[in-house]
Amino acid sequence: MSIMLERVSLEYPNGFRAIREVSCGIGRGERVAIIGPSGAGKTTLLRLLATALRPTTGSLNLLGADPWRLDRAGLRRLRSCIGMVHQVPPIPPRQRVVTAVLAGRLGQWPVWKSLASLIYPADIRGAGQMLARMEIADKLFERCDRLSGGQLQRVGVARVLYQQPDLILTDEPVSAVDPALSDRIIGELNREAVARGVMLVASLHAVDLALHWFPRIIGVRGGEIVFDLPPVRISDAMLRELYASESAQVPTQDNRPLETVPPGVRRRPMYS
Amino acid sequence: MRAVHWLVAAVLVALTWMSFAYLSLDLGHLFAAEALVQMGQYATSFFPPDLSADYLMRVGQGALETIAISAVGTALAAVLGLLLALPAAGRFGMVARAVARLTLNFLRSIPELVWAALMVMAAGLGPFAGTLALAWHTTGVIGRLFAETLENAPREPAQALRLSGSRAGLVFLYGTMPNVVAQLIAYSLYRWEINIRMAAILGVVGAGGLGQMLYVSLSLFHQQQAMTVILAMLVLVAVVDGASARLRRRLAG
Amino acid sequence: MPRLALVVFLLVLLWPGFRLTEFDPAVLFEAHSRETMGKFVSTFFPLETSAEFLRLVARSTLETLAIATAGTALALLLAAPFALMITRTLSISRIGPGPGYVLGRALRLPVRFALMFLRSIPEIVWALLFVRAVGLGPAAGVLAIGITYGGMLGKVYSEILESNDTRPAAALLETGSGRMAAFFYGMWPVALPELVSYTVYRWECAVRASVIMGFVGAGGLGQQMELSLRMLSGGEVSTILLVFLLLVVLADAVSAFLRKVTA
Repeated sequence: MSIMLERVSLEYPNGFRAIREVSCGIGRGERVAIIGPSGAGKTTLLRLLATALRPTTGSLNLLGADPWRLDRAGLRRLRSCIGMVHQVPPIPPRQRVVTAVLAGRLGQWPVWKSLASLIYPADIRGAGQMLARMEIADKLFERCDRLSGGQLQRVGVARVLYQQPDLILTDEPVSAVDPALSDRIIGELNREAVARGVMLVASLHAVDLALHWFPRIIGVRGGEIVFDLPPVRISDAMLRELYASESAQVPTQDNRPLETVPPGVRRRPMYS
Repeated sequence: MRAVHWLVAAVLVALTWMSFAYLSLDLGHLFAAEALVQMGQYATSFFPPDLSADYLMRVGQGALETIAISAVGTALAAVLGLLLALPAAGRFGMVARAVARLTLNFLRSIPELVWAALMVMAAGLGPFAGTLALAWHTTGVIGRLFAETLENAPREPAQALRLSGSRAGLVFLYGTMPNVVAQLIAYSLYRWEINIRMAAILGVVGAGGLGQMLYVSLSLFHQQQAMTVILAMLVLVAVVDGASARLRRRLAG
Repeated sequence: MPRLALVVFLLVLLWPGFRLTEFDPAVLFEAHSRETMGKFVSTFFPLETSAEFLRLVARSTLETLAIATAGTALALLLAAPFALMITRTLSISRIGPGPGYVLGRALRLPVRFALMFLRSIPEIVWALLFVRAVGLGPAAGVLAIGITYGGMLGKVYSEILESNDTRPAAALLETGSGRMAAFFYGMWPVALPELVSYTVYRWECAVRASVIMGFVGAGGLGQQMELSLRMLSGGEVSTILLVFLLLVVLADAVSAFLRKVTA
């Protein structure tokens, strides 16, 4: 097991308990989608895995270590092995695309290399390759504030691809992107995870994307895991119940109707 | 655009380097072990501050003097400023306006400390010189602000009074003043706050208050007394900051 | 009404002030002071324009500019590391909180306090002290500006960094980047114009301050003016005043230009 949560809870300073005694494990090379209504604790769960939040109780093991028992250097090394694609890419508007992508390896580069790279980019080819995978290689020297929302999100993904982390986390990475591009981005992240055999944990708003791309789905509601199953075993009734508090419909891209699985036909996820 | 940035940065670095060279400042020499030891010795000679009751009394007196200099200076400036603001706002014709504005600009452009040095020559060493120095400079600052306030004040109330046959002076008092008085007071108080800080240091050229005490004690190599004065300055400024924040809340409410 | 009461109260307070300040306009019109002052003022015109004096003034003006520039540079060197230290959003141990959190927080406090101490003492007082510590001349002025403005810049820099979007830097820290790298990749591009603009503004203030500090012997135009005043040569004083005014206008223009270029 490369990720192990045991009775992990998280209580925010205002007293809100976002995660309640969650236990689960994710193995090497596994790809997992987390779905659930908004406020269910998806983002909090991801931030716990990103070591941006510290569990209030319970124990957490990431890539073979408890992050909060490591010393400073150990924690930094661990963090440099975790890459996060944010909902809104956290990139300064005036930065050039190439710099924003190279920033993925700041945790691995020595300080002098990071600083020198500001004056002359250290690895233009590497950054270019990652951008090419996202089909925006021509934007290499563009300033980030001249990009569209979709392009900027692809820069954010390219940064994580360039980082080459052992654990890729994505927090609703495509909620502000059109369906075709969403498919590309989620597809590319999956290809990367499969090719390098690393873990991918994605929280997704659109259930159809999750069912299509991921071999394992975790449904979360009220800070607790409701189900943890492969897509083939997830029924429409389970999904409707998961989202019952939010709306009558299960959220999908552009509110397309979710393909129902005829009894007897197995829904096969990609790369399973 | 990026090329311009690099160019500007390079020029700035070059100018900075030239500045050090021009002053023949050798930072290595300045921060050499020997110099640092000497500076350290000088610094430690300031401790402990002289807290004898006798000297504290004198420092208290100096602080009072500083406050008095700033208060009287600001009050004088408020009166003078208003007198000059009237012509500067164009109430007595264009010629008077130009002359008044020129005067205000002149008063304002000369820093307080230069005024203080001049006033020490005119009125002799002591707080009176400091008061006058603050008054001149502040008149320039306040007068311009007042003139702007007067120009921006609504004209209708004054116009109405004038049409009903009031005298010009009364028109000003009843028609214009009520609209601007709050702002004039606010400006003056704000300026007073600045002037207290200023009054604390004007004394280094002999214009009374805490500054003069500091200058004298340093000249006599009474570092421990100088430390007391510096502490008094810090306390004074802190108290003024607190008080003005409160006062402004009161006036706003 | 309380407003009026307040004003009346202040005016009552003012009364003893007149006594404390030895307020006596008659002094100004006493025969001997009127005479010296009258003589002195009458020498204000014409301006002193002898080549030798102008050369002297030019040299002092350059010195003033150099003091302001070197002092601001020193302040920058002092402020930058401190600002990075006390900026909470660049603290790695604050995430979680992680190892070293208590120590980090305990260290930030004294640094903040030290910066406050440096900037609370007016630059002219520092100048007065340094003139005695390192001798008359520009070095005292440079150190005084460096120290006072170092305290101001350090505080304002960290405020600027904390007021901008802090998510880029936080995201970098969360993927294991160090403090310096997170600053340069996550904050620098956003905050640079504001940082430059404030530094340039401080340089402008430093030009004015370095003139003032000359009065206590810290070199530059002020020291020259003090000499001329003491020798009662009005023409020299008015020339220096004029140059000072031009210098202030020039500093204003330069800082406006620099801010436009970096914006």
